[in-house]
Amino acid sequence: MKMPVPNARVLSDKARIVARLRAVLPEGAVIDDPSETRAYECDALSAYRCPPLCAVLPATTEEVAAVLKICNEAGVPVVPRGSGTSLAGGALPTADSVILGVARLNAVLETDYDNRFIRVQTGRTNLSVTGAVEADGFFYAPDPSSQLACAIAGNIAMNSGGAHCLKYGVTTNNLLGVRMVMMDGTVVDLGGAHMDAGGLDLLGLICGSEGQLGVVTEATLRILPKPEGARPVLVGFDSNEVAGQCVSDIIRAGVLPVAIEFMDRPCIEATEDFAKAGYPQCEALLIIEVEGSDAEIAEQLELIKGIAQAHNPVELREATSADEAARIWLGRKSAFGAMGQINDYMCLDGTIPVSELPYVLRRIGEMSKEYGLGVGNVFHAGDGNMHPLILYNANTPGDLEKCEAFGADILKLCVEVGGCLTGEHGVGIEKRDLMRVQYAPEDLEVQMAVKDVFDPGWLLNPAKVFPLDDSASRRVAAE
Amino acid sequence: MPSPTTEEELSGIIAGAEGPFRILGGGTRPIGRPVQGTPLSVAGLSGITLYEPGALTMVVRAGTPLDQIEAALWAENQRLPFEPMDHRPLLGTSGTPTIGGVIAGNISGPRRVQAGAARDYMLGVRFVDGAGRILKNGGRVMKNVTGYDLVKLMTGSWGTLGVMTEVSLKVLPRPGAAATLSLTGLDDATAVRAMAAALGSPFDVSGVAHDPAAGETLIRVEGFATSVAYRAGRLSELLAPFGAANVSDDVEGVRARWREIRDVQTMAGQPGDVWRLSVKPSDAPGIVARAGAEQVLYDWGGGLVWLRLAEGTDLRARLGAFGGHATLIRASAETRAAIAPFHPDPAPVAALSEGLRKRFDPKEVLNPRLML
Repeated sequence: MKMPVPNARVLSDKARIVARLRAVLPEGAVIDDPSETRAYECDALSAYRCPPLCAVLPATTEEVAAVLKICNEAGVPVVPRGSGTSLAGGALPTADSVILGVARLNAVLETDYDNRFIRVQTGRTNLSVTGAVEADGFFYAPDPSSQLACAIAGNIAMNSGGAHCLKYGVTTNNLLGVRMVMMDGTVVDLGGAHMDAGGLDLLGLICGSEGQLGVVTEATLRILPKPEGARPVLVGFDSNEVAGQCVSDIIRAGVLPVAIEFMDRPCIEATEDFAKAGYPQCEALLIIEVEGSDAEIAEQLELIKGIAQAHNPVELREATSADEAARIWLGRKSAFGAMGQINDYMCLDGTIPVSELPYVLRRIGEMSKEYGLGVGNVFHAGDGNMHPLILYNANTPGDLEKCEAFGADILKLCVEVGGCLTGEHGVGIEKRDLMRVQYAPEDLEVQMAVKDVFDPGWLLNPAKVFPLDDSASRRVAAE
Repeated sequence: MPSPTTEEELSGIIAGAEGPFRILGGGTRPIGRPVQGTPLSVAGLSGITLYEPGALTMVVRAGTPLDQIEAALWAENQRLPFEPMDHRPLLGTSGTPTIGGVIAGNISGPRRVQAGAARDYMLGVRFVDGAGRILKNGGRVMKNVTGYDLVKLMTGSWGTLGVMTEVSLKVLPRPGAAATLSLTGLDDATAVRAMAAALGSPFDVSGVAHDPAAGETLIRVEGFATSVAYRAGRLSELLAPFGAANVSDDVEGVRARWREIRDVQTMAGQPGDVWRLSVKPSDAPGIVARAGAEQVLYDWGGGLVWLRLAEGTDLRARLGAFGGHATLIRASAETRAAIAPFHPDPAPVAALSEGLRKRFDPKEVLNPRLML
């Protein structure tokens, strides 16, 4: 993966930059010892590593503003970092960059049940936001797989989704307001506890901008009352096509499950070896979860089971207890871990129109043979967000490159059938150079013009999202 | 009036602009600062491009009449979940609302509290910017974080950043049953508390409104018939401290009642200006008390407040500082030229918006100053 050549002026100026940062931050909040900066050399896309110039851990909005002001004046790139769980390399540093970690910004600032929101500092983890309100019967809906670790800051940067967004939407649909520090240190508030943006929807623009427009330090998040109950049903089929058709039929019938998860045979087998969830051995299985009171759940499940039966499932298993429900989810939740047991893997994130599911799965199977690399599919079927896991061996020379090429082909296929490169992980560095597959030059130009407005010096997370060649003139001009 | 029928034609017209344009869909929503410019209609860009009920997605050209879209959805038992308001009764306009107008104004209705706003159902957009460039962002799939979300930016930009030519929408199933619970005689503050109690329950409330003049507080549930009956019953119990709820489950009646709320029918044909406040729901009664309005309607549990005031009243001056914003929706052109219809942004935010406008519309030809 190509990254820009570090700015020699910044590298040679390290001591002065670190001293300036130390002057505005509490003791211990600036990390510049090479043995310690290594902790920030990568995120969850760990194939790519580079220690930063230094890392800072501010604990207030004012400290973030002070850091950005210094870096802006000194022309130092800043890479914001939540918990470092990005699968796209969104928090990968360059050698001339300051990592701005938000981990110490983790307070709950306000909880308001009458108006159904919570205001938090953005270093707080996703799951701990729900943790702060669940005793009172509320929850925060977006639930990325990494929710135990991932920070709200990163969720906002990547507009994270999760398994339950078919019903509840993704981060942008649950974000009411932000306090954000611009690269020049200016603090702006967008949105708030009210529901609609006043002027242009800058809040919507910020969400998913991968830390390139500003550093969000506080977020007002919509919280929802917990449903009375939830129950999954597991259905196995002897072909991907039939499973795909079943998803479409359920949606057409007017039921809106909170989640429809799909696993194919390679993934089912790996998971079964690992987690022993008792899944049927079949070509494809769906886990469909509905919510409500017992009677409401029963009514929806009757309808879903009726539709599934019409497709001659090889197995149809309804949870009748919390324990059975947990067993149904067990395999799905351990799928990534199970695949990791077999091999190194790369997790993709393309989204396709649901109607293209059978064709895309067949093509992925064919490409898997051509490349000689195994692939398992586990994904959110209701919204077409696929997560093909390509298996490779990091110790085999050339395997990673082969895997990257295979991944790129799958993502091109997703775009070809009317989908997109990434549904919830973000572009980062991983899909940066594929952006031209989805967007024409002028479509990328107008997005880069947005960054020009928010960060004229192109210092915030500059080497991400856009193909390096396309952003080169702007980044060089900034130096 | 230029009325292009293709994107290329529209692009040519804008690229060759010699002065500003006033962008029109059906012309039913004359909102914002009056624009001096050549009318430019997108009504010629019409038609449903793609509709996949099994994928809950529809792609449609911007000038397509809203009723054509709703009819196509109705036939598949689906709908636009955000329940776009029809401004014709309130604004006294005629004509045919288009989807482009709905999206340009981020027009939503009572279901916004549960389902989200128009912007939450926008998956993709094609548009022509002020330089005449044909651009696209997003796509037609439900989850998409590929690049910046200009889809949200375009939604609610009132034609000031680009002229939309095509939009992709997420749609949802249309439930067969619905019920309205009504409570009577609550004062505003008590009504807002009752609405908060309903919204804070697990019973999936899809509308909460309060009409002080009628003395009615309304709560809507929708879904499968048995579920609606169950939830209406549980809500009646929950709201018992606020009085006995009357439950109406005639679907047609429920639909008609919420259409009246959605369209602010009670203020249609009444004299004066109409303002729209977006606030934290629990702040609403206090703000309303300061507004001195002649008529009030609370929607979104109090998060949206409609106020009718004497012509030319500067509501913002009267209210002073508050959290949220006030938009002047209905007033004479003179008043809309004198009082900023859109709530002025704080300086650093205004600078960002201005910077974006300069990039998207460098020649200032697209509804210039409409939102200022």
